[in-house]
Formats: sequence, structure tokens, C-alpha cells
Amino acid sequence: MDPVNIHKGIVIPLDRANVDTDAIIPKQFLKSIKKTGFGPNLFDEWRYLDHGEPGQDNSKRRINPDFVLNIPRYKNGSILIARENFGCGSSREHAPWALLDFGIKIVIASSFADIFYGNCFKNGILPIILDKATMDKIFTKVEAKVGYEITVNLQKQKIYYDSEIASFEVDSFKKSCLLDGLDDIGLTLKNKVDIENFEKKYHESFPWLNSGEKLK
Amino acid sequence: MGISLYEKVFNRHVVRKDEGTYLLYIDRHLVHEVTSPQAFEGIRISNRNIWRKNSIIAVPDHNVPTTDRTVKIKDPISRIQVETLDKNCEEFNLLQFKMDDRRQGIVHVVGPEQGSTLPGMTIVCGDSHTSTHGAFGAIAMGIGTSEVEHVFATQCLIVNKFKTMRVVVNGDLQYGVTAKDVALDVIGKIGTAGGTGHAIEFTGTTIQSLSMEGRMTLCNMAIEAGSRVGLIGVDNKTIDYIQDKPLAPKGDLWKKAKKDWLGLVSDEDAKFDSEIEIDGSLIEPQVTWGTSPEMVVSITSKVPNPADFSDKTLSSSYQIALKYMNLKPETPINKIAIDKVFIGSCTNSRIEDLRAAASIVGTKKIAKNIKLALVVPGSGLVKLQAESEGLDKIFKNAGFEWREPGCSMCLAMNADKLGPGERCASTSNRNFEGRQGQGGRTHLVSPQMAAAAAIYGKFVDIRELN
Ligand code: SF4
Repeated sequence: MDPVNIHKGIVIPLDRANVDTDAIIPKQFLKSIKKTGFGPNLFDEWRYLDHGEPGQDNSKRRINPDFVLNIPRYKNGSILIARENFGCGSSREHAPWALLDFGIKIVIASSFADIFYGNCFKNGILPIILDKATMDKIFTKVEAKVGYEITVNLQKQKIYYDSEIASFEVDSFKKSCLLDGLDDIGLTLKNKVDIENFEKKYHESFPWLNSGEKLK
Repeated sequence: MGISLYEKVFNRHVVRKDEGTYLLYIDRHLVHEVTSPQAFEGIRISNRNIWRKNSIIAVPDHNVPTTDRTVKIKDPISRIQVETLDKNCEEFNLLQFKMDDRRQGIVHVVGPEQGSTLPGMTIVCGDSHTSTHGAFGAIAMGIGTSEVEHVFATQCLIVNKFKTMRVVVNGDLQYGVTAKDVALDVIGKIGTAGGTGHAIEFTGTTIQSLSMEGRMTLCNMAIEAGSRVGLIGVDNKTIDYIQDKPLAPKGDLWKKAKKDWLGLVSDEDAKFDSEIEIDGSLIEPQVTWGTSPEMVVSITSKVPNPADFSDKTLSSSYQIALKYMNLKPETPINKIAIDKVFIGSCTNSRIEDLRAAASIVGTKKIAKNIKLALVVPGSGLVKLQAESEGLDKIFKNAGFEWREPGCSMCLAMNADKLGPGERCASTSNRNFEGRQGQGGRTHLVSPQMAAAAAIYGKFVDIRELN
């Protein structure tokens, strides 16, 4: 996973609430057994006018000119902004994989669904929660100026837009994982002995939870 | 001060507490074909082992066809995904119920049915509807693929403790009102983000009187209220359901387990971070009209008018939803005609759901305007049970198709889907745009309401059929 710290980029405004993971990456693309290649199908049903299937040549498809990802001024954007409850729905990590593959590094919304929020951190995407008033302000600014850019500093937990600064909260563990690009399985396995000791005692206390498992 | 059920179960599983996070031990790991391949691949690439293989049960469900199982899956990409699960389970020597095993089915139906879901457990699966298993007094939650890999390698998860919310539902449900209607009513009241960051415990006399199937339906939908965890305290119904299931403890262990489990309820003076109370006797049969489960009203109501709402974001999302659903504001729900019916999914495909739907069907036939009415049992065992009771005949006689178990048209990853513009009465859990097929329009309802909609070709108030 690539570390994230300071990022400056063009902002893409997706002015919708409850953007669900089915919209972010429709189910037919979940059949892939890889983690990459989802970018061209990010928001597939909104982005194209025809039906998409995996393995298709997306350059030949009819694009929806009204959808924000297809509007030239937002080309090469890397910061997505949206309204509340972004990423609701399924646990599919294909959603952050698709965002990342497309080139999104940061998603800012007034709230996120829990599973999606956690999945972002595991993949080097920083999800940021801002209050509705600040979101409104940023949406207005993005609309007003072509190529509008903002800068995010994770270490300082600050967003710089024009001359204004907004602060955001982030869990310290998740923050350090993103800053260092850490693999948290490796971190957990440093506590291998703790887990082994716990497991032994646990199964002595609750032997019925480990019984009858010889089904095979 | 007393502690809540969530905290009781949580505390039993804390391996260590670090700054702000907990390392939580996981008892049970359910695995399906869609969210696992990249996790197995990760284990292979990093040369790690699976920590406790007998904590894992794998089953393919999302991609499997619901038609003849003796022929190979036609869609080559779906086939690769199912075969990849086969290969991974073989390579790592894991228990799997393969496509041709009669125990195969939707992972959240199979788990409890096998007795692999037990009170006091922590249960995870790369699937958001894992909250279902909370009906047994367990902490059960959906995780992403990175976390699937993390549990494979460490038998633990790094988590924050959720806040707690108590949803108290008291009173007798009216005739024809089910756990599904309770779930939709709660979501309509607190919204799809109402439970975000919380574990929801459902209590009250209404919940006590629900069967285990009903409780599973309710906890299943907790995620649609934004809550990763939904749970219900253990009582004698919980115990009775588990007894004699293949993986349930036996003999002396059973006695000990039972004693422990009956204590898995919130203390009377437990504090919750938030609490809502609902009068169960006032809940009416629910029908969603929009593209989010919170866009729901009762069968006696009308589709709302976006112009009535001053909140701009809300009013505009209502407008977008009505356009997608091709509905006019203030259309009475019982005037909405449908094209297809889907009875199935991890929310409503258990034996009780099928019995309830069949009781509405009786000797009647589906309406002429219904192009397809599907009944997809949640597992091979549910299917066999239903057939032994003759339910399949009732459905087939009415014009329903009786299929093999799987997720089917709940998410339309296999061949079962809605065409563009088709309108469906569905017992599943999500009415998102395109969920049941691109351009398809989903109305979420209970099994009884779906069965009645099939018979009448439109939504009807089943209370009037009594
Ligand atoms: S039935 Fe639907 S919601 Fe349940 S696990 Fe399958 S796809 Fe997910």
C-alpha cells in the first residue's frame, strides 16, 4: 500500500447522498479475482449509457456526458467530494479498489458508512469527514472555478482550500498506518504470542465454541 | 452499572488493548466466493498460514445458478470465481459446502442452520449482512477483503468499540405484519445512517415473540440502518433452535454451554448511548418506494412528494429516486403494479418465510401481468424441508418458479435479474439503483406481501385478505 500524507489535487464534485457500493462498482465486476483493473468501471451505471460487462472494451461504449467523471473540467481529479452516508451498502472492497484504480486518493463527505470507511484505509485512500456547512462551501467553490484544487495534509489533519483551512478527525492508529503505508497483518503478527496465549485460555473457558468442528 | 450484551461478548474476546483500538479474537469465519479470492492470494503471496482452519466454513452463493446444478456454470467469469473458491479450499484444506452439496446455500442461512453460529461468538464474513447472526446473541459483522485476509492470518481483527443503541419494540404485531416490516419501519424512522458507528440491540416484547427466523431477518437488516452489528439477547427460543444442529455442542458441553448462553443478555441497568422505542402494534405492512431502504412507507400510504420537504439534499434525493423508479409523487402504494416477484435472499428465504408466503398463495394463481415469479430457498436443506411439506407444489401450481438455493436476484450476479424498467416486489434487503439488474426497480417487502403482490399483480394490504 502506498503511504498517504500531503496530497494536492483537482476536486470532483459528486453531489449526492447515500452513494452506495453497488453504484460505485456494480456487481458484474465483482466476479474478478484480482484487485486491479476496476477503474474504467467505477460508477459504471452512471458513467455509461449502455450496459457494461467485465472484459469489454470500455473505450467503445456510449458515455453519459452529464456524469461528473465525464465532464472535461474534472479530468485527472483525485479528490472526490460527496454528501452524507457515502459508501453505504455491501462490504465489497472492490469499491475502494475501483476508486484507487481510477486515481482517487481522497474522498471527502459529510459522513461515511462504517465498512467502506475502514476499507479505504486498508487500501491507501483517505476518507475525510467534514461538517455539512464546510462541505457546502467546498461544493460552491468547486463549481465556481475550473480546475479547482485543494491540498490535504494528513499529518496535520488539515485541508487547505483557497485561503481557508478546515481540520478533520482521524483515528490515530489508522492515521499512522496510512502515513507509513503499513501492512496491519504484519503489525498484528508481532503480537503472535499474545494471541496464542489468549486462544488457549479462551478455549479452556468456552470449550463449547470449539467443539463439534470435525464435520469434514 | 450493568453492561450491555454487546459489551459482554466484546469483553470476552479482547486479546489486547492498544491506543484506541482492540485486538479482537474471532471464533467463526464464514467465506464465500466473491470477497475471498484476493484474500487467499494475499496469504499465498506473503507466505503466511491460515491461523485456525476449523474456524472457517466456506460456501459459494453469490454467483451460483439457481437452475439445474448438474450442468457447469455458463458464465465463464462466474465459473472461474466459484472454481477459485474450490481450489482455495482444497489447497488450504478448509470445510466447504460445494455447489452440489445439499447443505449449500446463502452463507447467512447455512451458518445458523449448521449450528456454526453460536451465542457469545464473534463471527465475521466478507459480507455486510453478517449482522444476521447477531440474532443468536453473537457479535457478527461484515468485513472487507483486507480484513478477511487479516482474520485468515491472525484469527483476530483490529477494531474500535462501537457505541451502543437500543431499539425497544413492544406490543403485539398485527396480523400479516412480520419481522421484515419491523426492520423496514425502524430503518424508515432512524434512516440508513441512523445506526452508523453503533451496535444495535433489539429488545422488547415484540422481539421476544419473534421466531429465530424473524430475529435473523431483523438483525440482517441492521446494516441497512448503518449498523454493522445487530444483536438480540439469548432466550429459550435461541437454545431450542441450536439444539441438535450438526455443529452445536453435545452432551455435557451442551449443558454447560446452555447455562453460559442464558446469561448473554444485557443487564437490566445497562446503559446505551442511544435508545428508541417503537410501538410494535402500530406497525403496518411496509413497502419501499425509492432507491434506499429508508425510502419506505406503509401499504396504506402514498409515495411522498419531494416538494413537501424543505431539506434540499433530501428533496433532491427523493426526486432522483422517483425518476429512477418512474413513480409520480402521491401515487397510492396499492396502485403500483409490478412485473416480477422475488422471494428469497438472506433476509427472507428460510423455511418460515416460505411457509408464510405459501399460506398466502394457497390455491390461487399469479396475475397475468407477472412475467416472472421466483422462489429461491436459502439453502438446499430449506429446499428439502419445503418440498417435504409440499410448499414447492403450492408455488409451482400458482405459476412461481421453484429454484435451487443461492443469492440469485437479490444482487443479480447470476442469470436471475430484472430487465431495464422492470418493477419487482422483492423480499431482499436492498433497493439500490441497479441492484437487481441495470435499470430494474425494486420494492422491498415481506414474503407475505410479495406473495400477495404476485397473486394480485400489484401491492395489496394483506391484512384485508384475512
Ligand atoms: S442474499 Fe443478497 S444480501 Fe444476502 S448475502 Fe446474498 S447477495 Fe448479499
